[in-house]
Amino acid sequence: MTGQGRLAAWGIGLAALVALPFVYRDPYHLHILVLILIWSFAYTSWSMMGRFGLVSLGHGGFMGIGAYVTALLWNHLGLSPWIGIPVSMVAAGTLALIVGYPCFRFRITGHYFVLVTLALSGIVLQVITATRDYTGGSLGYTPNRASGNKLLALQFDDKTSWYLIALAVWLIGIVVWHLIDRSMSRYALEAISEDEDAAAAAGVNVTAEKLKITMISALMTALAGAIYCQYQMFITPDTVSGIAVSLQMVFAAIVGGLFVSLGPTVGAVITILLAETLRIGFGTKAVGWDNLVYGVLLVLFIIFLPKGILGSLLDRLKPQRKVPRAHEQKAVQIARPGT
Amino acid sequence: MLEVNGLVKRFGGFTAVNNVSFRVGHGEIVGLIGPNGSGKSTIFNMLSGTLSPSAGSIRFDGSEIAGLAPHRIINRGIGRTFQIPRPFRRLSIFENVALAGFYGQGRHSRAKAEEAAERSLGMVGLPTDRQASVDGLGAAGLKKLELAKALATAPKLLLADESLGGLDETEMDQAADMLRNIRDELGITIIWVEHIMGVLMRVVDRVMVLDHGEKISEGLPSAVAGDPRVVEVYLGTDAETTQAAAAEARRGAGGQ
Repeated sequence: MTGQGRLAAWGIGLAALVALPFVYRDPYHLHILVLILIWSFAYTSWSMMGRFGLVSLGHGGFMGIGAYVTALLWNHLGLSPWIGIPVSMVAAGTLALIVGYPCFRFRITGHYFVLVTLALSGIVLQVITATRDYTGGSLGYTPNRASGNKLLALQFDDKTSWYLIALAVWLIGIVVWHLIDRSMSRYALEAISEDEDAAAAAGVNVTAEKLKITMISALMTALAGAIYCQYQMFITPDTVSGIAVSLQMVFAAIVGGLFVSLGPTVGAVITILLAETLRIGFGTKAVGWDNLVYGVLLVLFIIFLPKGILGSLLDRLKPQRKVPRAHEQKAVQIARPGT
Repeated sequence: MLEVNGLVKRFGGFTAVNNVSFRVGHGEIVGLIGPNGSGKSTIFNMLSGTLSPSAGSIRFDGSEIAGLAPHRIINRGIGRTFQIPRPFRRLSIFENVALAGFYGQGRHSRAKAEEAAERSLGMVGLPTDRQASVDGLGAAGLKKLELAKALATAPKLLLADESLGGLDETEMDQAADMLRNIRDELGITIIWVEHIMGVLMRVVDRVMVLDHGEKISEGLPSAVAGDPRVVEVYLGTDAETTQAAAAEARRGAGGQ
């Protein structure tokens, strides 16, 4: 755990990741990597809240807002994604505020909080489907191809550009994770997740701290949605929004390990490779199988490896971690969405 | 410093605290005693903002604080401990106290918070090692941690809620001395809620006795311990306990 060694490892790893697309150009593999990076960022965003026991099943909603608002602004108003993405993030943040404030102010916690966010996810999905005249409904939506400046439209044809963009966004997520991890806010949020009254008695503004982390998480998730939309150039309510996407975030974060910074990334590697393997191995016969496998794995992980793959692995390497297991299990228990 | 007037708290049809008024002067240690359910903790919860009063006013340093959110009250200088220690087990001992130092003092600087944590931990006699886990603490240690957390918020007034329950006699004496030291050395005013009357009587300057949500007696420990109403409602007819409490009170008065 020496700081310098760690930093060196990160530096070398990053340099290798940046250099990769210039050495290795297989478009399919790069495509998979881009997807992994974008989803890793989304899962990391989810874990910012999830690790403090704020289990949200509404993040599909935030992701959908990021993707659809950006695309709609581009197609209807000709607004560049450079403006559209911040707008979509603000929209998601506002929604997080509207849902979060009453929840936190009136102490809606644990399972009840999960249910409120579940409704949020459903509502966003319904709105996208219902306004099909604008959003294309469940058939999906495509941002118009840019005729002029590709950079202004944030549309690129080559995988290398997208790989680098996705890498940068993913790195932002990891940096934010570490910034929060080292801040006093982490202490406050850990305290809140254990005992809100005692945290308040230590001077913590419980509502404000919870809102802050929720907003950060929602803004980042919206960014993930927008980047996904710009990359794929085709979105449907089911791929960027709704309960299935929310559940997938919970699953990936738990499998990877939601208490360590790279846990959600490990989760993304596993979920995306799993989905791709099933798709290639079984073709159309296996449509929806990935969800079945997710479900089974989720149950197994919550029972046997509640800290996820990376979390448990790191525990093995460092036998004395100061975080006791019981509380993490409690957090994971709340995460169990009745599956 | 603290002026409470006509404080009332109702829970539905039940009146837990009924028209209680009192004042606490700067640098005093005031004891608040009473049988179970007499409204001591309810008063504490209103003073610290956990509950808002149904009626009445609480003025602290000249301004009204009744009904403010807990974190605002703490930032104004009222710290509290809980009857049952409520440590944050996912944080180390040091982090527990540094958290209180940071947020309790209005989120100024981390360095200042860590300094406050070291000072408070030193004051109560807990290790200042940054990694030490809360799980290693026993009942007495957890009480000390509660106290250190409250001290780290740099209070002008400390609300100590039944801080001695679950301790043996030596530990009780130590804890009582510690409260007195906190007053003497840091100049912190203290309101001390306690079941265990004996030790309390030795340390406090003044005692208030509550019964069924009303204040039935107030005054010097020696006087209150002899008050027939107090003897009746609080101590029952157990003459031995009464005499012991009176003896402690005399001992305290003699020692000063």
